[in-house]
Amino acid sequence: MAGVYVAGVGFTKIAEHWDRDLEHLMAEAAIKAVEDAGVSSVNAIYVGCALSEPLQGQMNLGALMAECAGLVGAPALRMEAAEASGAAALYAGFCDVASGRSEAVLVVGGEKLSDGLSEEVSSGMMMSGRSWYEGFMGADFYALNALLYRLYSKRYGEEGIPFFPVISHEHAEGVSHAQYPFKISLDRVLESPFIADPLRMLEVSGIGDGAAAVILVNEDLARRLSSPKARIYISSATDYVNPFDREDPLRLQSVLLAVNKVLEQARASRSEISMIELHDATSILAALCLESGGFSPPGEAGKLAMKGEFSLSGRLPCNTFGGLKARGHPFGATALYQVAEIYLQLAERAGKNQLDNPRVGLTLSLSGVGAAAFASLLKKE
Amino acid sequence: MPFLYRLAGWKCVHCGAFHNYKPVVCKRCRSREFAQIELPASGRLIAYTIVRSPPKEFAQVAPYAIGLIELDDGTRIISQLTDFREDELRDGARVEAVFRRIRVNGDQGIIEYGYKFRPALRRS
Repeated sequence: MAGVYVAGVGFTKIAEHWDRDLEHLMAEAAIKAVEDAGVSSVNAIYVGCALSEPLQGQMNLGALMAECAGLVGAPALRMEAAEASGAAALYAGFCDVASGRSEAVLVVGGEKLSDGLSEEVSSGMMMSGRSWYEGFMGADFYALNALLYRLYSKRYGEEGIPFFPVISHEHAEGVSHAQYPFKISLDRVLESPFIADPLRMLEVSGIGDGAAAVILVNEDLARRLSSPKARIYISSATDYVNPFDREDPLRLQSVLLAVNKVLEQARASRSEISMIELHDATSILAALCLESGGFSPPGEAGKLAMKGEFSLSGRLPCNTFGGLKARGHPFGATALYQVAEIYLQLAERAGKNQLDNPRVGLTLSLSGVGAAAFASLLKKE
Repeated sequence: MPFLYRLAGWKCVHCGAFHNYKPVVCKRCRSREFAQIELPASGRLIAYTIVRSPPKEFAQVAPYAIGLIELDDGTRIISQLTDFREDELRDGARVEAVFRRIRVNGDQGIIEYGYKFRPALRRS
């Protein structure tokens, strides 16, 4: 398989963008990425977005994006994998370049969740489960997470799980594109009201609008461009959609498979990974990602978090710009923020959040509670 | 969906996997042979949560409880819980199925019914 490289990235601040529409948020990110990479054109556009139909009454985002980004003529299509839609678009764009069909592609994702009430966003997220079963019962994303949290606490105890949001917020402090760029204490997390017991309000990501984009290029073009490059690999796997149909709901097999496959693709080992962007849509999912991916023994992720292992100065820094919890989680854009942030780290452009000479970064993006998992790995060139 | 009304579904003849929908192939072993069964209407509560920030279809009924239930044959299902005092929702509490109004759907306001579980009235 031919090499694929990230040659540039762009993104907007995650906020409530009342004055912007979805396609122009994405166009802003796209144009920034095109300029960052220094490419003059792209062969194709891949768009990630989950909820544009229920929230904006809009489909056909491919053609809309091409027009708003000044790229009319390029083939453009939209990929959907619920909250991991950005990763689905990345997967498609990667395959396009790796196959030799395209020299350069634009992958852009966006979501404008603040166009809906929080009830409408919850309802939208519920569509990542089976609509006629979990959806019919009102077992929404938070309810499923809460049940997993209960099973986890019964088996291992909940020690340290509520600490994941504390880490993410600590890393987001002062980050200009983060939705919540401030610290919160463990006490504040523990004192926040339940959203679905035992899951607390400050253990779940908020509702925001944002867009992020990356330019993927082939080896030839990578050599000719002057921007910093990172070699990228991506893999994905699925699992039974309802977590309680799985042999062990606390082991996300999709995460394990996706991580194993991407490591194999990149001929890398877990010990080479300098940092991870986790899918911390909830605190419990952050822990399950680390444990299922083989980065923490089962039942230990929270304890390791309390010891500082996943902080900027720790053994395996996670969510170096705040993750889904504090940077923000606009579904279709989220995985592309993750890739952009790893790229900034590898290019030594991470400002005050810069890690010391990182070489390899991993991103994990999930739909639902692990119905699908996408793992991408970036290596410094 | 017979599952939502009678807990009826399809069991794979080869590997025993239960499907709460009519499958084309078995989700575990890809076999095409199934036996139609009805699950037992009682079991025990494994875990529960109270949904306090509801999706829009359930805004009128929130807060409401969702339980993970292990039926007497070992099948695990998700259900809304009803007719309970919160102190009855202990680990392992016996629960039984009842037929209830679930939600009012869409602009036409169709009232949808299905199973919910409640603390068992009789010790079984």
